[in-house]
Amino acid sequence: MSAVLEVRGLRTEFLTAAGILRAVDDISFSLSAGEIIGLVGESGSGKSVTGFSLLGLIDPPGRIAGGSVRLNGAELVGMTPGELRRRRGREIAMIFQDPIATLNPLLTVGQQMAMALAAHERVSTKAAADRCTEALARVGIPSPRARLSAYPHEFSGGMRQRVAIAIALLHRPAVIVADEPTTALDVSIQAQIVAEMRSLAREFGVAMIWISHDLAVVSGLASRILVMYAGRIVEEGPAARVLRDPRHPYTCGLLDSLPAATAPGVPLRQIPGAMPSLLALPPGCAFQPRCACATPDCAVAPEMTVERDRSWRCFHPAGVASERVAS
Amino acid sequence: MSRRYEGYLTVDGVSKVFGARLSAGDRFVRFLRRAGPAPSLRAVSDVSLSLPKGQTLGLVGESGCGKSTLGRIIAGIYPPSSGTVTLDGEAVMEEGRKVTTDVQTVFQDPFASLDPRMKVGDAVAEGPVAHGVVSRAGAREHVSRWFARVGLDPSLAGRYPHQFSGGQRQRIAIARALAMNPKLLICDEPVASLDVSIQAQVLNLFLELRRELDLTCVFISHDLSVVRHVSDRVAVMYLGRIVELGETERLFRRPAHPYTAALLDSVPRIVADGEALVEMKPIEGEIPSPLDPPPGCHFAPRCPRAVAECSVRAPLLREPGPGRSASCHFAEAQLALPERAIV
Repeated sequence: MSAVLEVRGLRTEFLTAAGILRAVDDISFSLSAGEIIGLVGESGSGKSVTGFSLLGLIDPPGRIAGGSVRLNGAELVGMTPGELRRRRGREIAMIFQDPIATLNPLLTVGQQMAMALAAHERVSTKAAADRCTEALARVGIPSPRARLSAYPHEFSGGMRQRVAIAIALLHRPAVIVADEPTTALDVSIQAQIVAEMRSLAREFGVAMIWISHDLAVVSGLASRILVMYAGRIVEEGPAARVLRDPRHPYTCGLLDSLPAATAPGVPLRQIPGAMPSLLALPPGCAFQPRCACATPDCAVAPEMTVERDRSWRCFHPAGVASERVAS
Repeated sequence: MSRRYEGYLTVDGVSKVFGARLSAGDRFVRFLRRAGPAPSLRAVSDVSLSLPKGQTLGLVGESGCGKSTLGRIIAGIYPPSSGTVTLDGEAVMEEGRKVTTDVQTVFQDPFASLDPRMKVGDAVAEGPVAHGVVSRAGAREHVSRWFARVGLDPSLAGRYPHQFSGGQRQRIAIARALAMNPKLLICDEPVASLDVSIQAQVLNLFLELRRELDLTCVFISHDLSVVRHVSDRVAVMYLGRIVELGETERLFRRPAHPYTAALLDSVPRIVADGEALVEMKPIEGEIPSPLDPPPGCHFAPRCPRAVAECSVRAPLLREPGPGRSASCHFAEAQLALPERAIV
């Protein structure tokens, strides 16, 4: 399958008083039509900035310092704001964590959906209302026609996120970037939204980048997983293999520190320390100060090791020896 | 009132009604329209439970179920509209005022619960000095001891909250609560705002301190896997009522209430091949407004087992099995289902 989105060596920096902060450092991946990939990491790992960079939503003092983002063959890095605006919403759309902050509280849902529609197409008022009604119905909002004249505060958190999803799907974009879209929701509503998104992605052939801190949510959704730490991808591969047989010690640590990985009452296997400041990264591998496997080798930053359909950035990957024995 | 439950911590028939606060003008308009009494919200409805010394009760439910309100009533922060809370035989509140320092709380957001203009050492010392737990002269040493206890360098006591990370702030909040030598610790979503790797550190600290200090705890969380990890008993709340109560492991393996079962079904778990989502059955619909709860069983409109009777007759909390309470007409049938895999 051909890639709809091809990211190569993407670097995003922020100029701060204390120096240059490299939030996204040499990220590469590609996304095929209809594919869902999970971008996983903790706060400060650069996963959201990666998402914003893809849509060209980086404002000064931040800037995309290098690399390439090709959407359907067109290079987005270096595109003029006008050209970007013509693509944003039509070819690539974004869903944010907090729908109350994304929706305009002063406009009815119908008004803002019509605006989103009119941004890329000439439609009559009547046709717009019909399209919006249909879009709301598709994401499971009951009595959609009547809800068009409701304001965002009249919706519950889960329903508001459905509205945001409906808006993102209005123009049937090739790619949707979803930044923690279910983090603010209750588990029962999260389960509904995840199931909904999965079937919508399948139905429309939309490719999706699902950004999340929650490995479990991503595991049920994504075919590939990218794990980020301190601005870099430390591990990438098919979801099942990354989760069952992780390579990078950070991925292992994340999986081990979940309460479900340990018997009740027994101390959890924690990762010591905290993520370093991006302004004061340790030399070499950024995970080395917290890593149990670290040796003096790790003072040099490891390159990506590629093995068949997966890759990792570590000199001491877990599980490699055992797999060799198995094969 | 006869006491139905006896324990170290005893919550007896507690309810909390929040009335909409109306201005004089609004009241006059309602009077003219003959609108009747102002709407009120029953955040907690007739909750009774008990907890032995040294045990941890997990309080779970979705947002708006009343778990935080119940936690605050037990902590003596909100006066209940009716009912009583006693700890070791003594009332936590009298005439709407908290009368004990034996209950302390750790809140969800360590960014909001610490005064940004107060040095963290002073924040930890403030309570113990005010209540005479330590003398002013001994405060410094008391703070140093608690800082060391929660895994922080005592030399950091002179810093301000913004100089700490989220995980460190939560350690400070724990030190502040424990510096009062409480008998009961209420933890209201203490790890919800932390990253997984930091969450594990704070949970481990909690488990360690609880064992060393023989603490009795109420642990409020929406995260079922966290609650399962730390609790001896679990109470599941829905729209202000406890719908199920029982020993943690048994409750997770064989839930007696359809809501508990549905909640367990909604928890995302690590699946290696994306199959579990296919069989995952999300609960239909959303939590109804607590201002206008459905008649009968509050869960009936979303319940896969509901029959006509459920929306007429509210099920009482009863014991469908040993050591288990559940409020469902079909609790026995639900209990008889095969044991579940663990979340």
